[in-house]
Amino acid sequence: MKPEEQSRQQLELAGWPVIVESYRLGDVYHCTISNADPGARITRADGSTRNEAEQRAIEKATRYLGQTRRFSTR
Amino acid sequence: MSAATIPNVLVTTDWVAQHAADTGVRVVEVDVDTTAYDQGHVPGAAGWNWTTELCDTLIRDIVPIKKLEELLGKSGIDNKTTIVLYGDNNNWFAAWAFWQLKIYGHEDVRIMDGGRKKWVAEGKELNTDEPPFPPKTYRASAPDLSIRAFLPEVQQAVAQKSAALVDVRSPQEFTGEILAPPGLPETCQRGGHIPGAKSIPWAKACNDDGTFKSAGDLQALYGGAGITADKPVIAYCRIGERSSHTWFVLKYLLGFQNVKNYDGSWTEWGNLVGAAVEKP
Repeated sequence: MKPEEQSRQQLELAGWPVIVESYRLGDVYHCTISNADPGARITRADGSTRNEAEQRAIEKATRYLGQTRRFSTR
Repeated sequence: MSAATIPNVLVTTDWVAQHAADTGVRVVEVDVDTTAYDQGHVPGAAGWNWTTELCDTLIRDIVPIKKLEELLGKSGIDNKTTIVLYGDNNNWFAAWAFWQLKIYGHEDVRIMDGGRKKWVAEGKELNTDEPPFPPKTYRASAPDLSIRAFLPEVQQAVAQKSAALVDVRSPQEFTGEILAPPGLPETCQRGGHIPGAKSIPWAKACNDDGTFKSAGDLQALYGGAGITADKPVIAYCRIGERSSHTWFVLKYLLGFQNVKNYDGSWTEWGNLVGAAVEKP
């Protein structure tokens, strides 16, 4: 099988820029979300539609990102 | 294709598409996300889990020699096999595996330039089944620790300026604004960086498609920050995988002779009682 219907977009979740990528492989849509910097994958999810896969991944990513704290740099 | 100073350490996605099934070649996927392999992988590729298979799961350490021998053997790899590594996040953990394989003396290890990102972006074939591998016998060499930095050496580098320290984390981690990449667990008590370290985020070594930049661009990047081959270099990040990526760049793409990966990294230094921490 080859990955098809590839999509890539930048969003902001819980105040952090993230990259949302998805593609279809056979009958399954796969979605991964990475933080924009340094580019580490935060979550992934699958679904029978792109929207389903992305919403599942976004829900998890938002929860994880909400736990990231900012500190003073002084 | 990037210009590597050391030949035969980088292969293209097209090369992998043509040679993945060759006798004597084993392609291996190593991801940050240990479930990514199941989403589809290069046909015929093995999948290694860095959290369980590429480390000691009892104490904090690299993979023990016997465990590595078993992993390679069950992956159908012997001492003569050409191992081609690739993974997500522009090959972070592929580089981590590469570094450990070099510690244990495997001769022919290569990285697929661009990693999983480029393979998927090119719409190349993906399989979801895990192929069977005929087991082989593997004998690893005694560990070569000349490419690994431990805490005392890093402390000495700080005190005596005997090596250049390269912090490859994001600028926000370097300044101490955050303790870990957004969305990942905080695993240290203090933020900031090791005194005297230069901030050169790992991603600056890569093009947008995930491939490594040319040797000329890399030379300009590191040389411009004062990181040159005439002085020992120690790279670090948070847990040692991003810095193995930079270690690979410096040693194999730029040909630095004396460069080490400090895999204790910030999760060691940033948790040490009394350790000096610098913030800009």
